[in-house]
Amino acid sequence: MENIVAEISRLKKSFGRNDVLKDINLKIEKGKNLVVCGKSGSGKSVLIKCLVGLIEPDDGKIILFGKNISDLNDDELNLLRKKIGFLFQSAALYDSMTVRENLEFPLRDVKLKSKDEIDTLVLEALKNVGLENAIDKMPSELSGGMRKRVGLARALILKPEIILYDEPTTGLDPITSKEISQLILDVQKKYNTASIIITHDVGCARITANRMIIIKDGASVTEGTFKELSESKDKWVNSFFK
Amino acid sequence: MSIDLKISGEVELVKVNEPSENQYLKRVKDFFEDVTKLTRFTFRFFKEVVKPRYEFNEFFKQSYLIGYKSFPLVAITGFIMGLVLTIQSRPTLVDFGAESWLPAMVAVSIVREIGPVITALIFAGKVGSGIGAELASMKVTEQIDAMEVSGMNPFKYIVVTRVLSATLMLPVLVVAADAIALYGAYIGVNLKGDVNVHLFFLQVFEKLSFSDVFPAIIKTFFFGFAVGLIGCYKGYNSNNGTEGVGKSANAAVVIGSLAVFIIDMIAVQITSLFI
Ligand SMILES: Nc1ncnc2c1ncn2[C@@H]1O[C@H](COP(=O)(O)OP(=O)(O)OP(=O)(O)O)[C@@H](O)[C@H]1O
Ligand SMILES: [Mg+2]
Repeated sequence: MENIVAEISRLKKSFGRNDVLKDINLKIEKGKNLVVCGKSGSGKSVLIKCLVGLIEPDDGKIILFGKNISDLNDDELNLLRKKIGFLFQSAALYDSMTVRENLEFPLRDVKLKSKDEIDTLVLEALKNVGLENAIDKMPSELSGGMRKRVGLARALILKPEIILYDEPTTGLDPITSKEISQLILDVQKKYNTASIIITHDVGCARITANRMIIIKDGASVTEGTFKELSESKDKWVNSFFK
Repeated sequence: MSIDLKISGEVELVKVNEPSENQYLKRVKDFFEDVTKLTRFTFRFFKEVVKPRYEFNEFFKQSYLIGYKSFPLVAITGFIMGLVLTIQSRPTLVDFGAESWLPAMVAVSIVREIGPVITALIFAGKVGSGIGAELASMKVTEQIDAMEVSGMNPFKYIVVTRVLSATLMLPVLVVAADAIALYGAYIGVNLKGDVNVHLFFLQVFEKLSFSDVFPAIIKTFFFGFAVGLIGCYKGYNSNNGTEGVGKSANAAVVIGSLAVFIIDMIAVQITSLFI
């Protein structure tokens, strides 16, 4: 299909004797959000790190924008990565840089951007997450939730074609969670991005999911829309929605 | 209400024994694995250092942090080094009736050996541990991963700049430390005696030749390179969470200092071939 921007098939990864992922298959389509659920430690973070080549899988195929990432050299992979936004579970802000510098960092290689343009982009990205006042703070001066939101702003700043969110609303209050979920939806609509959203937050899943996938024992067991899965007869699947 | 308390899982008693033969073998294997990885890391450095793009801003920032910020520490140790060495050497020279040789002798030992080595050790303690801890915590908190996914080359941005800064800043610090140490020696000489500055430095530079200064400065580039590279290697390849941060900092200092001595030994052999 034309619309598929990323595809993972038969993905396998173990750490020593710990078989984390055994058989993961998924596709993300342009303009669609895929929510991934699974118990803590089931390998969700490992999954998206494999997708961008941060972790090398033991087996399986990963296709990004029609290219098998195991065939690419470093420079080619880096070019693809510029089209991907990644929100880390831990936010992963650069400690030695201010919030502004954190957001400017992904823009370094983008040519033809004047200082003014960059400033506008940074400010706009921070406004989206409600943090324009924190622009000159250091990451160590921010709360956990604020860091997460700065991380989100940084992931979105290049208007990437694929965005990978690792638990975007964890650690946020219900109101901010809802705003962030809404933001994810807005970004998707506005820029027609494809995303993977890892979340345990039912509210977030309800708002953002076009499709959902649940990982159990290292395999992607169930797939469907939010409605299908939340009404599932399977007790185990159902327990995610309680 | 009764509380049902159940202890699940078995407690394994681990015997603390002498490491068995197998463990020794494993340590040897680990050591060689480490050496292989460090060699690959070094080759990667040389590959990336010549390839554009060049991270000048980060390089200057690191040079400021690594060089300028280490200056006070290096200056104080340099001064004390010169002063103490002079005071300690005087009685022996007096015994030989060669007190007038004091400035020259102290100068030669400072410039040839003590200045470079002591400064490099201090540098390994301050800069090596700093780099090791910083990079390890960047690794643990996924900052290095974050750079990588943003399509950057973290090796270039983080490692290359720091190793280069360390390589170029240590020689500068050593020259400064030598100069301050000579001033310390001047004060040391004047504690018991009266030699004016002019005469002191005349005596110093009469005995200090190019062949004392040049090899001593050259080897400090290698010291700086080793300290920077080992700090980066230990930090960049850190794992095991926050515990790994301390371990990386520690290993950076220990191995960095050892490397300084080993390079010093080799340097002495090489110079003695030519001079
Ligand atoms: N670098 C690594 N080295 C060794 N084991 C790892 C590594 N990264 C992850 N693991 C293991 O992989 C498993 C899955 O980890 P992962 O972080 O993907 O879980 P998760 O599904 O994201 O959980 P959570 O919801 O708590 O974030 C865990 O058992 C973890 O111990
Ligand atoms: Mg996770």
